[in-house]
Amino acid sequence: MGIEIYLLVLLIFIIVGALIAVEAKNLLSAVISLGAVGFGLSIAFLFLRAPDLAIVQIAVEVILLIFFIRATIGRDIIPAKGHIHWAGLVVVCLLMVAVFVFGFFAFRSLNEFGAPIIASVQDAPSNKYLKDGLKETGAANIVTAVLLDYRAYDTLGEATVLFAAIIGALAVLRGRAATEKTGSRRNVSRRTESRRAGSEGRKDK
Amino acid sequence: MKGMTVIVKTVTRWVKVFIFLYGIYIIITGHLAPGGGFAGGVIIACSYILLMLAYGREFALKQLSSRAAHRLDSSAALLFLVVALLGLGYGGIFFGNFLQARYPGAAFKLLSSGTIPISNIAIGIKVAASLFLIFIILSVLRIVPGEDGTNKMVQDEEEE
Repeated sequence: MGIEIYLLVLLIFIIVGALIAVEAKNLLSAVISLGAVGFGLSIAFLFLRAPDLAIVQIAVEVILLIFFIRATIGRDIIPAKGHIHWAGLVVVCLLMVAVFVFGFFAFRSLNEFGAPIIASVQDAPSNKYLKDGLKETGAANIVTAVLLDYRAYDTLGEATVLFAAIIGALAVLRGRAATEKTGSRRNVSRRTESRRAGSEGRKDK
Repeated sequence: MKGMTVIVKTVTRWVKVFIFLYGIYIIITGHLAPGGGFAGGVIIACSYILLMLAYGREFALKQLSSRAAHRLDSSAALLFLVVALLGLGYGGIFFGNFLQARYPGAAFKLLSSGTIPISNIAIGIKVAASLFLIFIILSVLRIVPGEDGTNKMVQDEEEE
C-alpha cells in the first residue's frame, strides 16, 4: 500500500506537469515542465523496481531536453491563430469521456496492481525466462537476456527504426551537402534565397 | 561567439571524460547490471553533445565528424546483423547465442553470456552515433516562417 501512495502523488505531479507544458505561453517553461514529466516518470520506474527503464528514461530525457532547447529556444515562435470550433471541442470531450470509461472497465478486468499475470498463469513464457534465463543465456541481468537473446528480433527492429529515422533526416539535409561542395556555403545559400525570392516576386507580378 | 564562457569550457574539459567512461561502463556491464546498449549509447552521445554546446560546432565536428559518425552508425548496425547471422550459421537459429552454447562462461563474470556483450557494444555505438547525427541535423537547420504563411527550413549559420 505504501508504494501506491507515492505512485499516486508522482502520477498527479506528472499530469500537472504535462498540463502546464501544454498550456504554457512561454516555450522555455513548456520545455522545462516537459522535463519535470520525464524525471517524474523515471522516479516512478524506480519505485516500480525497474532500474533499467529508469536509467534509459533519465538519459533519454536529458538528451531530449537538450534537443528541444537547442531546436526551439531562441528561435521564432509562431502563435497559433484561428477560432475554437465548438463542435470539434464537444466531439473531443465526448471521445475523452468514452476513452476514460472504456479504460476504467478495461483496467477493472485486469489483475490487481502488484499481482502480475505470470503469477496466476503457470506456463507463461515469462516464468520460463525467469527460471532458465541465467542457465541458458549466462546473463545475470534478466532484462538484457530477454532483450538480446530471447527477444532479439524486437531489438533488431528498434535498431532498424533508428537507422531509418537517421536516413530520413539526412535526406532532408541532402540539398545542403550538395551546395557545400560548390563553394562557400553562406554565399551559395544567400544567392539561392535571393534567386528564389526574385522568381517568386516575378511570378506574383 | 564560439562556444560558451571559460567556466563552462573548463568544467567541460574535466567532466567529458567521466561521462564518456560512464557510458562505456554502462554498455560493457549491460549483461551484469542495469543498463545496456541503448542507455550507454545515449550517455556517450551526451558527452559529445556537451562538447559541442561548450566549444562550438566546429570543435566537436573536428573530434567526430559527421562522416565518421555516419560510418560508425552503419557499421555498428552491420555488426549487430552479423552477430545474428553467425547465430544462424553456427547454431541454426537467427540470433542464436552460439558462443554461450559452445563456451559457457561463468555467470556474473565480465566475459560471459556469449554474444550478448557484443550485441550490447554494437547497439551502444549505433545509438551514440545516431543521436550525435540527430543533434548535428537539429542544430544546423532552422525553421523560418515564409511570406505566404508556410514555414521553411533554412540552414543555421554559425554564430561568430
